[in-house]
Amino acid sequence: MTTPDRKRSDRSPWNWLLAIPIVVPLLPFLYNALDPRLLGFPRFYWLQLAFVPLGVVCTTAVYRLTKRRR
Amino acid sequence: MSAHLTEIIVFTALFLTVSGMGFVASRWRRPHSLASLDEWGLGGRSFGSWVTWFLIGGDLYTAYTFVAVPALLWGAGAAGFFAMPYTVITYPLVFLVLLRLWSVSHVHGFVTPADFVRVRFGSPTLALLIAITGIVATMPYIALQLVGIEAVLKSMGVTGHLPIIIAFAILAAYTYQSGLRAPALIAFVKDALIYVVILTAVVVIPLKLGGWGSIFDAAEAKFAATPAPGDGILLGSGNQLQYITLALGSALALFLYPHSVTGVLASRNRDVIKRNMSALPAYSLLLGLIALLGYMAIAAGVKPVVTDGRPDNNTIVPQLFDQMFPDWFTGVAYAAVGIGALVPAAIMSIAAANLFTRNIYREFLRPDASDADEARVSKIVSLLVKVGAVLFILFLDTGFSIDLQLVGGVIILQTLPSVGLGLYTRWFHRGGLVAGWAAGMAAGVLMLYSIGNPATGKAHFAGSAFPLSNLGLDTKVTVYAGLLALAVNLLVAVLGTLVARTAGLADGGDLTQPDHYGADEGDPRVRDLDLVG
Repeated sequence: MTTPDRKRSDRSPWNWLLAIPIVVPLLPFLYNALDPRLLGFPRFYWLQLAFVPLGVVCTTAVYRLTKRRR
Repeated sequence: MSAHLTEIIVFTALFLTVSGMGFVASRWRRPHSLASLDEWGLGGRSFGSWVTWFLIGGDLYTAYTFVAVPALLWGAGAAGFFAMPYTVITYPLVFLVLLRLWSVSHVHGFVTPADFVRVRFGSPTLALLIAITGIVATMPYIALQLVGIEAVLKSMGVTGHLPIIIAFAILAAYTYQSGLRAPALIAFVKDALIYVVILTAVVVIPLKLGGWGSIFDAAEAKFAATPAPGDGILLGSGNQLQYITLALGSALALFLYPHSVTGVLASRNRDVIKRNMSALPAYSLLLGLIALLGYMAIAAGVKPVVTDGRPDNNTIVPQLFDQMFPDWFTGVAYAAVGIGALVPAAIMSIAAANLFTRNIYREFLRPDASDADEARVSKIVSLLVKVGAVLFILFLDTGFSIDLQLVGGVIILQTLPSVGLGLYTRWFHRGGLVAGWAAGMAAGVLMLYSIGNPATGKAHFAGSAFPLSNLGLDTKVTVYAGLLALAVNLLVAVLGTLVARTAGLADGGDLTQPDHYGADEGDPRVRDLDLVG
């Protein structure tokens, strides 16, 4: 059994990337409008759906960039 | 009834297949014995990325969500779409927090969030309050899963309570036998069905209705024709703040629910959680599309099922499927919703049972309870919890469960200072946290009580949008009551801590150490260390 590394922590400047998908979906002025439409979807709907991939990109980036070396 | 025969046959066949899987699940990843909470209640803490993805996805995106969110859009428009920002921000928000919770729980063998509070703040009282809050918030949530099944049954022309009682009896039996392994195994089928049904729906139905553009136009026309000021396919000036505070408050509350914590603690290591924070949003995308079924129902001119003279908006989606799909596929869609209710109901009852066992039974009734005792008590309590949920539906109005669920979301948020902030800081005094909890609970319930809706004639608990004018402000802006209650809670917790420190009141001890919050699979656990020492 290994001894836990006392200096090990989750601190990393990359973690700040997580703030983007938290703050952006909470700014209604970005998406509370009809135009431009995309495939018939008003902006309100397609843009908020597009925040999902934004969140995925940011969490995946943080996961990859902060991987612990084993 | 005969008009729905094909649907009923397909629904019943799928339901029974899944029930069979629930019983077989006790032999899946066969443990030496199921007689401990680690095995029965957390599936051996061994689930990898895939199982965890299906389990947490099946746990958070419930049958009730699938019928209620589109019903919201159908009734009120854009305001109902808050589920979208809510489920987008929740994962980055809890990414780092859940890792700390997993690690410290791994080291100390915690099964519930209240276990953590007990050890972190050295206070059985605070842990008891957290446990009771969790149980009270979870009970109506389980009852609401029944509402999901009921909506589907009504659409098949099946009325009366007997089918629901049978469905829950089967669910109770295999949860008792297999523990968390049952919903984990069933979740595969449930999610596969849901994905097939929804992806088919969002391709086929718009084609039949003349494209997405005409669907949104139909919704816009409907809301323009109503006298209500708050509806429309965009947000108005009065409900934007409500929209984002509800999204933020719900996102903060999501992983405070005991059943979410159960799903997280059942995963094998930290990497499993990190990968899932990136992969779970796939369900959010699905939820966004499901929400839009509400607008499709408007465009298709769907009418809700009326029983005893009252229209049930939750039947909108089942009715839409019935109108758009061939009977056999409607049966599959109904089964997806019905089975979709079983997975979360099972996990929620396990989580509530674990809270009782660990933080009430072992803490106050039988301190020397063995692992096997704990598992036995939890199994029995999981049965009682389900009986309670059925009684809710049988003897109380469905509307009452929805009110309680509203309250549940607000009160579970009041555990955030102890559980969420507690993972980061030990600054708070246990007395301050207890006082903050009490103040937050009181403020939250009072605010919800004061919220009425003149349109429906409901005087109390008519929603979670608290008008700031109630505080004497000259504005039409509304805010999510839960977030306001949390602010009260935090303020009192800070003041209480300062007062307690000044007065020199005794604080509890903290048995966790900084490195416990970064521990991973294979690191020593406290139990192992005790054996060594």
